[in-house]
Amino acid sequence: MGELAVEKHVKYVLSVEKRKDDFESVVMEHLRMNGAYWGLTTLDMLGKLEMVDRDEIVSWVMQCQHESGGFGGNIGHDPHILYTVSAVQILALFAKIDVLDIDKVSNYISCLQNEDGSFSGDMWGEVDTRFSYIAICSLALLHRLDKIDVEKAVKYIISCKNVDGGFGSIPGAESHAGQIFCCVGALAITGSLHHVDKDLLGWWLCERQVKSGGLNGRPEKLPDVCYSWWVLSSLIMIDRAHWIDKEKLVRFILDCQDKENGGISDRPDDAVDVYHTYFGVAGLSHLEYPGLKPIDPAYALPVDVVNRIFFGK
Amino acid sequence: MESDESQSEWIPLSLRPEWADVRPVPQDDGPNPVVPIAYSDDFAETMDYFRAVYLADERSHRALHLTAEAILFNAGNYTVWQFRRLILEALKTDLHEELNFVDFVARENSKNYQIWHHRRWVAEKLGTDAMRRELEFTKRIFSQDAKNYHAWSHRQWVLQALGGWEDELAYCQQLLEDDIFNNSAWNQRYFVVTRSPLLGGLEAMRESEVRYAVEAILTKPENESSWRYLRGLYKDNAKSWVNDPQVSSVCLKVLTSKNNYLFALGMLLDLLCLGFEPSQELKNAVDALNYESDPSDSNLAKTVSSILEHVDPMRVNYWKWRGSTVPHKRV
Ligand SMILES: [Zn+2]
Repeated sequence: MGELAVEKHVKYVLSVEKRKDDFESVVMEHLRMNGAYWGLTTLDMLGKLEMVDRDEIVSWVMQCQHESGGFGGNIGHDPHILYTVSAVQILALFAKIDVLDIDKVSNYISCLQNEDGSFSGDMWGEVDTRFSYIAICSLALLHRLDKIDVEKAVKYIISCKNVDGGFGSIPGAESHAGQIFCCVGALAITGSLHHVDKDLLGWWLCERQVKSGGLNGRPEKLPDVCYSWWVLSSLIMIDRAHWIDKEKLVRFILDCQDKENGGISDRPDDAVDVYHTYFGVAGLSHLEYPGLKPIDPAYALPVDVVNRIFFGK
Repeated sequence: MESDESQSEWIPLSLRPEWADVRPVPQDDGPNPVVPIAYSDDFAETMDYFRAVYLADERSHRALHLTAEAILFNAGNYTVWQFRRLILEALKTDLHEELNFVDFVARENSKNYQIWHHRRWVAEKLGTDAMRRELEFTKRIFSQDAKNYHAWSHRQWVLQALGGWEDELAYCQQLLEDDIFNNSAWNQRYFVVTRSPLLGGLEAMRESEVRYAVEAILTKPENESSWRYLRGLYKDNAKSWVNDPQVSSVCLKVLTSKNNYLFALGMLLDLLCLGFEPSQELKNAVDALNYESDPSDSNLAKTVSSILEHVDPMRVNYWKWRGSTVPHKRV
């Protein structure tokens, strides 16, 4: 299986999509904020964050902010909560949250809470437990959770719990590992994990491991490196990570590396992208792969960054 | 990603007379981007014109057409969709037409969040008028990808907001006949059984649904979904789960077949931990699968969990923990 090709992955992240006329990279334009978060967090876990120009990135991030307080996916793009959380996380990585007008950003986020406690992603009103997580995670990082009705937010998330112990995007929607991460993460951040049936959910999550060692996101679906993050983070938050075969999962992730050009793909021999590179490295960090910074399963930021924010060190 | 139709006739905007008055605005990527973006020329030009009308807030017919072109290049661009909605509102466009457009885009991009968000917005405006069409639309998506998460959310919203429950149970049945492992269809079945205003709720449906689940389990005992469905039918009613002879009997049938009995053992373990008294037949069936541990162990739950440790080694820690929490046998 070989080892984690650290140098190659660093090179890959730094050079992502320099190739011209690549349609896939054009498609990234509008979500560059998310791409930057995935790339930069990967570099930080690999201990190479100093290879980028922090001031330039911070200045670019701030140029993506709108009057409303929300952030767009790139300069000149409309704001959405999905890009706002990435902007906050990037600033957190660089210990630069203080450049923000915190009340402005947190007002933007808190205004997206609906009467039933759920969150919309933007002014058009799409509701999804992903947005609950994003709102709660961002506001916690900004020390402004008091701006929303946390009790109602928690109640809404619990209304999305299914009989298999998992969670979906809205009440009645199928359990899905990505949505479970969001719901468990939001409940962890708000100190509400007692609402989770940990043993039942833990079993559902560890059933996601398939013969190859990889994890899928729903029954009978193919394994995918990104679920190493969604499933494993959820298991860690509910204290059940030892219920999967960690060694087999490490091997699966390492098998998804492009050892020549760097980067990690969803499955062995597929094309790499920065998204799966981040989730692969983050998964390995959860699995205590040597040489990687530990990452916080709820905030999706390196533990030292989270400690700096909450404990001032 | 682009459709061939739009590509073959594509004329650069700079050569179209109706766009002569517009000065395109290039993307400002900031200095030394962390994730540098490469743009293909045609798409780049379209986006430059899009930025121009967007910055001028031009809610016109040509701007509407331009958003369509930009979407056909890249259906994931959030800003383009959002601006399109503003134009549709301003022009009071026929929204049935808009559904045609979304149909077209969705053929290639059925996993794109923006499309579903937009579709929902349009359908919400059209109200009950849109119900049949939306149910058909999601069916078409499922014929390609029966587990499409967005489509299922959309369909559940349609049922709850616009109605159309009459055929839903039969539709679930049909999908499960196509693929009995389709967890999304099982979830939808549970959704219908518990939420349809026409069926009387879980209590009323339990008997027939248990029969359905048991039959599905016996067809494919390795199916995680049907076992979880069976358990879900006794939500908040663990006692009737433990006492229902249909449940222990399906476990027994699968165990005696000696094939794909993992979930059967798991459920039996759950039952035993809740005080279920096993028949001699069940004990014998378990003993017949027990090659490793001490056959004289008088605690059946312990035996079951130790078998599971051996037949499911990837989750050995889970089953070990289950074994450690088995209640002590009453003396
Ligand atoms: Zn993936």
